[in-house]
Amino acid sequence: MQELPGDLIYTSEHEWLRQEEDGTVTIGITDHAQEALGDLVYVELPEVGQEVVSGGDMAVVESVKAASDVYSPVSGEVTGVNEALADSPESINSDPYGDGWIVRIRPSEEAAGTMTPNDYQEFVDGLDD
Amino acid sequence: MGKRTPLYDAHAVAGARIVDFGGWDMPLHYGSQLEEHHAVRQHAGMFDVSHMTVVDVDGEGATDFLRRLLANDVARLTVVGKAMYSCMLRPDGGVVDDLIVYFFDRTHYRVVVNAATRDKDLAWINKQSGNFEVTVTERPKTAMIAVQGPQARQLAATVIPQQWRAAALALKPFMALEADDLFIARTGYTGEDGWELIVPADQGASYWQQFVNAGIRPCGLGARDTLRLEAGMNLYGTDMDETTSPLESGLGWTIAWEPDERDFVGRCALTEMRANNERRRFCGLLLEGRGVLRNHLRVVVDGVGEGEITSGGFSPTLERSIALARLPAGDYDRAQVEMRGKLFDVRVVKPPFVRNGVATIEV
Repeated sequence: MQELPGDLIYTSEHEWLRQEEDGTVTIGITDHAQEALGDLVYVELPEVGQEVVSGGDMAVVESVKAASDVYSPVSGEVTGVNEALADSPESINSDPYGDGWIVRIRPSEEAAGTMTPNDYQEFVDGLDD
Repeated sequence: MGKRTPLYDAHAVAGARIVDFGGWDMPLHYGSQLEEHHAVRQHAGMFDVSHMTVVDVDGEGATDFLRRLLANDVARLTVVGKAMYSCMLRPDGGVVDDLIVYFFDRTHYRVVVNAATRDKDLAWINKQSGNFEVTVTERPKTAMIAVQGPQARQLAATVIPQQWRAAALALKPFMALEADDLFIARTGYTGEDGWELIVPADQGASYWQQFVNAGIRPCGLGARDTLRLEAGMNLYGTDMDETTSPLESGLGWTIAWEPDERDFVGRCALTEMRANNERRRFCGLLLEGRGVLRNHLRVVVDGVGEGEITSGGFSPTLERSIALARLPAGDYDRAQVEMRGKLFDVRVVKPPFVRNGVATIEV
């Protein structure tokens, strides 16, 4: 498993968040999540401009194995989506913290219940895999 | 912990993701299911199928017994080593299991059934055998390896004992041979050429490693499922089970109706169903847009009725989603599938989707 990037924060739903300088937050799924899903073959993205609420549906990632909802870790407005995933969903497998990012959101509130890299690592290690 | 095949340690060392399959700890993939799928379509891959159940049926009554037990007719097997696919039915026409039967002579057959259904299959076979002069013997656990793909036979041939190579390579499709303690059959479950080999349990790991060295890629159950789906091959428990007849599962071709007087289990029920023009169709589906069709999704045929996807998934070869589905009777080639509350257009097609590395459905 890849080492967790230190500049990100994480959720118990296996998402990562990066605080951008313009005030938006970039969101993707973790290496642990992509590995558990297997090869990704389709990603359903939200519309730019769409309002999302914390804990609500935001995107769907489908692997060869199953479909999984991606829940928004914050409330806010979608300001960008990774269009490249339409043709290369496998970026999420090969580069989950980089080219495999999923959405960018302008939060209307602070993300709650997130974890530091160390805490997330401990959380993952504690899961029955 | 589930049951483990003689190849389990090899899978673990290779970093396989292990999942439970019918009580067995089996590899799902070794890193990338998609790459494993393509390896079989384009080159050579192999699967551990040691969990499958091998049963020998012997005795003076073996032929009569199997002609009663199976919907297909073993009397049609006349060449030594020839294999046949068949369903084993309940009296009401439901499918107990699907299987392959190999013919050695009129008193000696070998039957390979599914792993997940082992207990009920053995109980069913034994119960039916009561009035026949046969012995039903489950073979002690062996290692079974399926090498599949356009290069699979040539590569695997370099590994088997030299004196058997020519005979093994000369096997025609659906033919098998016993080569000392090896059993080699030109069969498979991927839509590609290849062999299924039974080797003694204590030699399994050695054969597996030699196949790896020869350039054959280990593949897991994930790729096995997408390969068989593309090939339009049914999966027991998913596409058919005890509540569905072969006539509504795309398996009508496996029922031997002639001769009329052969009274196999389920014949009466099937004869009635056969006369029913309203019986459901079993078809392939091709999703027109993006997304992935999944098992049990609802299929809507406008003005006709509704059906259900029995197995769906992503076709790595077509780069589209495909499915097998049980649909209402009627003549139509368009339908819609409900996914997350929305309807998506699908084309209704005749499987297979892919054979021998080539798409058989226009995308």
